[in-house]
Amino acid sequence: MKAMLKRLSLLAAALFISTALHAEPVTGGRANVVIQPEPPSLMVGLVQNGPTQMVAGNIYEGLLRYDTDLKPMPQLATSWEVSEDGLTYTFHLHENVKWHDGEPFTAADVVFSADVFLRETHPRLRASLEHVEEISAPDDHTVVFKLKQPFGPFIGIFEVGTMPMIPKHIYEGTDFANNPANNTPIGTGPFKFAEWEKGSHILLTKNEDYYEEGKPYLDEIYWHVIPDAASRAVAYETGVVDVLPGGSIENFDVQRIAGMENTCITDKGWEYFGPHSWMWLNNREGPTSDVRFRKAVMYAMDREFARDALWNGLGKIANSPVSSSTRFHTDDVTEYAYDPDKARALLEEMGYDGAPVRLLPLPYGETWQRWAEAVKQNLDEVGIEVEIVATDVAGWNQKLAEWDYDIAFTYLYQYGDPALGVARTYVSTNIAKGSQWNNVEGYVNEDVDALFDQAAVAVTPEERQELYTKVQQVLTDEVPVAWLLELGFPTIYRCNVKDLVTTAIGVNDGFKDAYIEK
Amino acid sequence: MSDFWKRFSRNRGAVIGIVILAVVVLVAILAPMLFPQSPWRMVQRPFLPPLSMNQYPLGTDALGRDVLAGLAYGAQVSLLVGIVSTVAALLVGIPIGALAGYFGGAADDVLMRFTEFFQTVPSFALAIVLVAIFEPNIQSIIAAIAIVSWPPVARLVRGEVLSLRSREYIEAAILSGQTSAAIIWRQVLPNTLSPIIVLASLMVATAILLESSLSFLGLGDPNMMSWGYMIGAARTVIRQAWWLSFFPGVAILLTVLALNLIGEGLNDALNPRLARRGK
Repeated sequence: MKAMLKRLSLLAAALFISTALHAEPVTGGRANVVIQPEPPSLMVGLVQNGPTQMVAGNIYEGLLRYDTDLKPMPQLATSWEVSEDGLTYTFHLHENVKWHDGEPFTAADVVFSADVFLRETHPRLRASLEHVEEISAPDDHTVVFKLKQPFGPFIGIFEVGTMPMIPKHIYEGTDFANNPANNTPIGTGPFKFAEWEKGSHILLTKNEDYYEEGKPYLDEIYWHVIPDAASRAVAYETGVVDVLPGGSIENFDVQRIAGMENTCITDKGWEYFGPHSWMWLNNREGPTSDVRFRKAVMYAMDREFARDALWNGLGKIANSPVSSSTRFHTDDVTEYAYDPDKARALLEEMGYDGAPVRLLPLPYGETWQRWAEAVKQNLDEVGIEVEIVATDVAGWNQKLAEWDYDIAFTYLYQYGDPALGVARTYVSTNIAKGSQWNNVEGYVNEDVDALFDQAAVAVTPEERQELYTKVQQVLTDEVPVAWLLELGFPTIYRCNVKDLVTTAIGVNDGFKDAYIEK
Repeated sequence: MSDFWKRFSRNRGAVIGIVILAVVVLVAILAPMLFPQSPWRMVQRPFLPPLSMNQYPLGTDALGRDVLAGLAYGAQVSLLVGIVSTVAALLVGIPIGALAGYFGGAADDVLMRFTEFFQTVPSFALAIVLVAIFEPNIQSIIAAIAIVSWPPVARLVRGEVLSLRSREYIEAAILSGQTSAAIIWRQVLPNTLSPIIVLASLMVATAILLESSLSFLGLGDPNMMSWGYMIGAARTVIRQAWWLSFFPGVAILLTVLALNLIGEGLNDALNPRLARRGK
């Protein structure tokens, strides 16, 4: 135990090193980075999966960036105002911005991107744009969003993966999905698309005409496609790559790699996503429909052990449905520390008859399989009979979408605001077969529905905080799902790569500021 | 019987095989008494190396589970899968082989084409497909192994029956008016037993290997601690924790080796003339 603690504290120390002194940036050099898996496309307006966002976030840009506390920072917009009634958002755009093909970027591009292109292609953004009455461009460098009613999370949707700017002169009037330009993405970002050899690498080169003086510092970003997890770790060890973004190597390799010389590790850069893991508990039938059983599950789990043994001590124990990196999180909730005796007492009180429950692990590799085994053992020890059901990704999707499970692992992103990434899991209007991203557990509580609805449209942050605090208290009392961890995905990199992870989406838009010290 | 044992024990390897197998069987039977706690129980810190704590001589795995307890319960799974799937394969293969060999003609053609159909598909690939279609659990694994391993039994039995079919005592039995079923059951099959027993001992070994390979690929029963599962789970940490894959690997090696040695010994003992040849 001691040895492990020592290793963990070393890891923790390494985490702090990354935020040490700042020096004068150096120009030049190439960053060698792993991309896993290979993205299906780099056109982030059409495809928004993880690897696409990671590469394309350096080609395309949004109006705003967000720091690790989710505070908005200027990007394509230099400044912005929100009217007092919360209905009008005015953005003033950077002047002299050019697309990679030399055309000027103007307010017309913003209106086209948000109102035309992304409304058609981006389901997650479309849901937020439901609240928008009108998007207009009074002049070339001003954009105004008029809302139908106040929408709290609105200022949080201008990040590059959520609302990327798409060139109007290339896409207007075309079939977006089949436009040949999708293969040679044109953005306004600090790096230009240079070449993509499928199965081997993606090369981005410096945008010499970038509108921010002196940036970017790097000449090239070379994204290596390496399909095997062990080979990715070896590629870092042998010096082929210098940056391993979160999730690119198996958790079991993290300690070994992080212990190497000149190697830094950080779990920052995921605040916007706030990856939150939990177990769906089927609220409809079986023992999991009894709140005492669900509480017993919470008490039975040794989440600290899971974090230390499986996640290298990275991440936090999730004490609420809202991640601590998401706005409006509160610690003022019912806590469930590891307490097997309490779990046994609850099971006895409800008269649990030992009926077996099925547990569906997340089929995303070793760590998740081991985690399911650890939870099964935790539950076994308080007397819950658990049967692990082996399944592949397709089977897992289908079983969840058909509600054919008792307990099932998952994790979802929160996108910075409870209205965007939390409410969808708990409001009863979001119960529908066929999806594994909605209210899969079948939890119904009118009070919770009302609280989420009010909080989304409340005008001031104080009002919203009050409502979200209340809803977090209700949910932690009723345990519709069993929260596990706020996952910590470590970005591992050579320590002489500086300023790589400075924003809430980390590597996704980090190369703008990054430089390599000689 | 003592004659059989004398011939069997003349093969030194076979005796060693019996001893090893006896140990494995004993461990499998005594596992719940030796390790009353579940092998999935997390008992110590993860990655405890072997011999560092007396209580856990073979160390612990990625979740702090006792490797030795895992080996003991793994023996149960391996033997269970090996024996049950072999018995199932025999129950399918013997009747098909016997009918084909005894009746010949069209029946033989139909049954043998059917057998060949299974033989042309690579057996491991077929087993993977079968397990993947029916969710991986102990029943589907046993069924899949039985399905891929009965064709050799059928062919062997058919060959034996064909050669017995023309013997005089069989013709005598036919003349005396016995039914075909009675002849097959009383006269033919008892005389094919020795090669079947030899084959069966090797089939158990193959079945254990198949189960281990399936578990290694993550297609094992997720609720059963098997040797293949232990190796599969240890594969990613082989550089940090060699013992996690080494000990179950040795267990598989020894058990399969023991069964092969026993098979050879049985062959010597049951077919004395065959064994003498060449010596």
